[in-house]
Amino acid sequence: MARVELKGLTKSFGPVKAVQAADIAFEDASFTTLLGPSGCGKTTILRMIAGLEQPTGGDILVGADRVNDVPIHKRNLGIVFQNYALFPHRTIGENIAFGLKYRKVPKSEMAAKVRNALDVVRLPGVEDRYPSQLSGGQQQRIALARAIVIEPDVLLLDEPLSALDANLRESMRVELKAIQHRIGVTSVFVTHDQSEALAMSDRIVVMSAGKVAQIGTPEEVYNRPANEFVADFLGASNIIEGRLQGRADGAVVLQVDAFGAVPVREDRAASVGSGPAAKLMIRAEKLLLTEGPAPEGRIAVKGVVEAVDYQGQLARYFVRVGERTYQAMNMIEGRPFAAGDEVTLSFSPADCAALPAGT
Amino acid sequence: MRAWTLIRFYTVFVYIFMFAPIAVVLILAFNKAEFASFPMTGFSLRWFERLFNDPTIMRAFRTSLTLGLMVSAISTTLGVMASIALVRYEFRGKDLMTTFLISPVLVPETVMAVGLLIFLRYLHMPRSFGLLLLGHSILALPFVVLVVQARLVGIKREYEEAARSLGANPLQTFFSVTLPLLLPAVFAGALFAFTISFDNITATLFWRPSGMETVPTQIFGMLRNSISPEINALGFVMISVTAGVPLLAGGLARYFGRKNRARHPTRSLT
Ligand SMILES: Nc1ncnc2c1ncn2[C@@H]1O[C@H](COP(=O)(O)OP(=O)(O)OP(=O)(O)O)[C@@H](O)[C@H]1O
Ligand SMILES: [Mg+2]
Repeated sequence: MARVELKGLTKSFGPVKAVQAADIAFEDASFTTLLGPSGCGKTTILRMIAGLEQPTGGDILVGADRVNDVPIHKRNLGIVFQNYALFPHRTIGENIAFGLKYRKVPKSEMAAKVRNALDVVRLPGVEDRYPSQLSGGQQQRIALARAIVIEPDVLLLDEPLSALDANLRESMRVELKAIQHRIGVTSVFVTHDQSEALAMSDRIVVMSAGKVAQIGTPEEVYNRPANEFVADFLGASNIIEGRLQGRADGAVVLQVDAFGAVPVREDRAASVGSGPAAKLMIRAEKLLLTEGPAPEGRIAVKGVVEAVDYQGQLARYFVRVGERTYQAMNMIEGRPFAAGDEVTLSFSPADCAALPAGT
Repeated sequence: MRAWTLIRFYTVFVYIFMFAPIAVVLILAFNKAEFASFPMTGFSLRWFERLFNDPTIMRAFRTSLTLGLMVSAISTTLGVMASIALVRYEFRGKDLMTTFLISPVLVPETVMAVGLLIFLRYLHMPRSFGLLLLGHSILALPFVVLVVQARLVGIKREYEEAARSLGANPLQTFFSVTLPLLLPAVFAGALFAFTISFDNITATLFWRPSGMETVPTQIFGMLRNSISPEINALGFVMISVTAGVPLLAGGLARYFGRKNRARHPTRSLT
């Protein structure tokens, strides 16, 4: 187990700057997710930590050692690939024991370790089968078992769940997190699925076009995004231009045309800067639609439902207020609103965040 | 309807035209008479007996066999290494290298043969078994490279990366992961190489040292004197080897494949 630190890590493929000066620390035994849209450089960072790709600049530290020039097979890492990459010509037992062979583990201990790893991933007794005889989810567990049986310093996972169907994915992500927690291995997890990232991570590194956009706990990146990109990427939100008006009892006051003065809690306005231009962010699920007047203490405006996107438990509404359309996600109680309904749109200032303009 | 009948007749005719001579050789190998003619006068194995008791033919046969096996080993080894370089690594002049490796297929064999001879003359080296070995290996190499490359492209790099991450060095990775997955193509390439060497005649005529005969050049030499029924028998053996070895290998592969699948049936899903 070890702490991993990236210092100014950079990678260019010819003219393409895949990763630009990334400074990230992965704490010992923590579960960190690299989150970002396709092509933002997540896999490239993971592959550089693994030693499968040579950085064009910067350093990689595992514990206290700089490992830039250490070849892959001497780095003691566990990698779980998106498509499992189990050796098709070897049995499950042989697959899991593969890494043990190179670690001078005595034959007698090997079988016990393999059995133990299979117990950890809750698939006992499949040693003699071949990978092609297991389902996708089972193969993914074997891939995990193969990676953790060598007791790696770092566990690297590149979208390990994306090949699974939605249900299996949810149960696997709970299980994966539990296993990681139990063995306490420093883990770096790559995904472009924000709900996966929010559910599993101790810390999330949000990336955009090769750069780190924000590093923080799930709660931080979700509620206190550093900029518009992070706000948008982590979930549907309404981002509205405004002006910084001043500070009053622990709040930063933003003047917004449609709603008037909105006092945003200071801790959710940390990135706003000195203004005067600033932006107000309201998550779609924090905008409430009501037929009559809004509950006490909320800022409210009148609007017209433009479109409804029915999602079973939830409905996503597009509500027109003046020139702008707002997105709102509400639980459906009784009957959902329909297009054309006149509604009251409201929110609590406590659910807002302030963002710097022009990001 | 009429058009189809016509096409069917035409196809059958083409096949007869192509295979009748071979059939004649195969049948006449068992003819009793001294002179090849139909109808056959009776069944006999005497020509085979003559064949196996003829020391020059047996020597040619041994030469061909040794040559074929060695060519197979050399070109397969080189071909696998070249394929790995071409598929797995980026380096300057890669396209040029590919063209160069494949070119023996494109260049007329006579030109290749003469070219290599002139080159050797320039180095003041005599024609030898070594030259024959080198030449045949060059001729067989493109086939090995093409077959192995095609399969290697299909073997996902992640297998090798997984092996490396688990602690195998590059050489251990090759022998424990890449080679086993590549094996069918390696076998196919080796068979190709053997067959190409075993029935090559044009280039062999240029390259062989005086006094050395392979089976094809031996037949060629015998034909210059007379068409002995012994040649039919030899032809029968040649056809059996060049057609039989790949068929046998294919059959074995399928047999073991089926046995494997019976042992662990593949799920229809995944
Ligand atoms: N071997 C390569 N050669 C050239 N460019 C590359 C190579 N690998 C990655 N890139 C480029 O680097 C950038 C980052 O790629 P990377 O694979 O790290 O993205 P990613 O964040 O993992 O995306 P995804 O979510 O689609 O997997 C992309 O623009 C990609 O085109
Ligand atoms: Mg990726």
